[in-house]
Amino acid sequence: MATVKLRELAHTRTGDKGDTCNLAVIAYRLEDYPLLAEQLTAEAVAEFYRGTVTGPVERYEIAALGALNFVLHGALGGGVSRTLRLDNYGKALSSAILNFDIQMRKEGSP
Amino acid sequence: MRGKSLRLGAGSAWWGDRIEPAAALARQGRLDYLCFETMSEATMSAAQVRMRVDASYPGYDTYLDDRMYAVLEACAQNRTKIISNQGWANPAAAGARIIEIAREMGIGRLRVATVAGTVLQEFLASLNGVVFETNLPFQELPFQIVSVDPYLGAEWIVEALKQGADVVVTSRVADPSLFVAPIAFEFGWGLDQWERLGKATVVGHLLECAAQCMGGYYADPGYKEVPDLARIGFPLAEVDAEGDAVITKLPQAGGMVTAATLTEQLLYEIHDPAAYLTPDVVADFSGVQFQQLAKDRVRVSGGRGRPRTDTLKACVGCHEGYLAEDWFFFAGPGALEKAEYARTLLEERFRIVELRAEEVRIDFLGVNAVHGPISPRPASPPYEVGVRVAAKGRELREVNKVVREVDAMAVCGLAATGKRVPPRERVREVIGLHSILIPRSQVNVELKIMET
Repeated sequence: MATVKLRELAHTRTGDKGDTCNLAVIAYRLEDYPLLAEQLTAEAVAEFYRGTVTGPVERYEIAALGALNFVLHGALGGGVSRTLRLDNYGKALSSAILNFDIQMRKEGSP
Repeated sequence: MRGKSLRLGAGSAWWGDRIEPAAALARQGRLDYLCFETMSEATMSAAQVRMRVDASYPGYDTYLDDRMYAVLEACAQNRTKIISNQGWANPAAAGARIIEIAREMGIGRLRVATVAGTVLQEFLASLNGVVFETNLPFQELPFQIVSVDPYLGAEWIVEALKQGADVVVTSRVADPSLFVAPIAFEFGWGLDQWERLGKATVVGHLLECAAQCMGGYYADPGYKEVPDLARIGFPLAEVDAEGDAVITKLPQAGGMVTAATLTEQLLYEIHDPAAYLTPDVVADFSGVQFQQLAKDRVRVSGGRGRPRTDTLKACVGCHEGYLAEDWFFFAGPGALEKAEYARTLLEERFRIVELRAEEVRIDFLGVNAVHGPISPRPASPPYEVGVRVAAKGRELREVNKVVREVDAMAVCGLAATGKRVPPRERVREVIGLHSILIPRSQVNVELKIMET
């Protein structure tokens, strides 16, 4: 089965609130959204960011916009005001997930 | 209002944003309102700390003069009102300064309102809430409190507009409220019209970060191209009487308005899209739809709202200690091995000097400093590596040890160590921010009106 980097299928953005980062993943084409929704689970994203994100991850869906919104707790080293991290706002964090491998379905399979 | 729809422009996204795009909107946008968001999380506490040590600092936006000199004249000529949170810790002084600037420019009959929100002192001693971030009671915060500032909503800005203000300058407000207020005022909405307030909150949230909804914080070469990014403008919204809107830009400005740029901003800093809490409303973004009407014109609809909560969020700034940050660097053969050896040396030095710090980080710029532990191992040896050292702790003397050890690496460390000799300040105070919820009744708001 072919894999494709998420970067080919979606764009992303992060924002901060306290020690939490939200990560929006938005399909370039609406028809790719079901594949992303199936494979980019909260658990998959938590596993991908594990070590940099230290708390739980929740996921919200806005299917009509082709968007998944992940809330990453414990992502900012205590929050902008006190973190030792270089990227204190976490604004550079959204590009990491672009390397996630999405399994593409073969032609004709469900 | 100069037509059926209300024209609102974004003046700035935060303290450090560009000035010229707001000036362009003031000149050419035919705006009814130009709204400035000039804060970041730490702004209020930093302003209060600075006021205490620097008698010459008045407590408002350090860019107030620059921004007002750039837009005030055009706004007065075009009958564009200004809503701005540049008041920071001293809105009255900000208002007085704007009056001075207006007089200097020969602007007659300008009415400036200031809105200053504080938490009643007597309440702080008995505050019962919990701190969001830790779930521990506010009264058990083990730090010295430096500042408490509430997030106001639209209602006091609406009141100022009702009193004929041309310019409204506030302390901290929820960012969307800067836009919700003029929308609610102009269309005569009651502040209990939740659906409409929800829609207006969508508009405010899209515009509050200025260029971020129209190609700013967006370009990814080869994947997302943005036209004329060097001249990116700020957005404007044409809002109808129900709160739906068209988001657009000046034709000559760089950037672009598309469903994709707006979707990235819609979700920015949002957790549950169906429940975005502001002082004005619980907004529901989950049904928002974007429709591209024409180039750089997108219709926004589908926002909803539910009744607002009984409480307001407040930001508590606490003196939590000190933070130090410095770096040195290597390049050429063996750069990464040298960085790793330097880290080992520093760790041993910290043991030798018996460093008592709360946390120490040693990151490698070019390898893992931005994404931390999830960074992949370099596929090939990096040509250059920066060793970035950061530490924090309660005691200044301990945190200073870190800076001294990093300095020593210039002469007592490895070959070909590059090290900048500071004048730059490497140690700063940590004013840590916590969020609490307080009853609305415990917030005191002072509204003042001044005229040229």
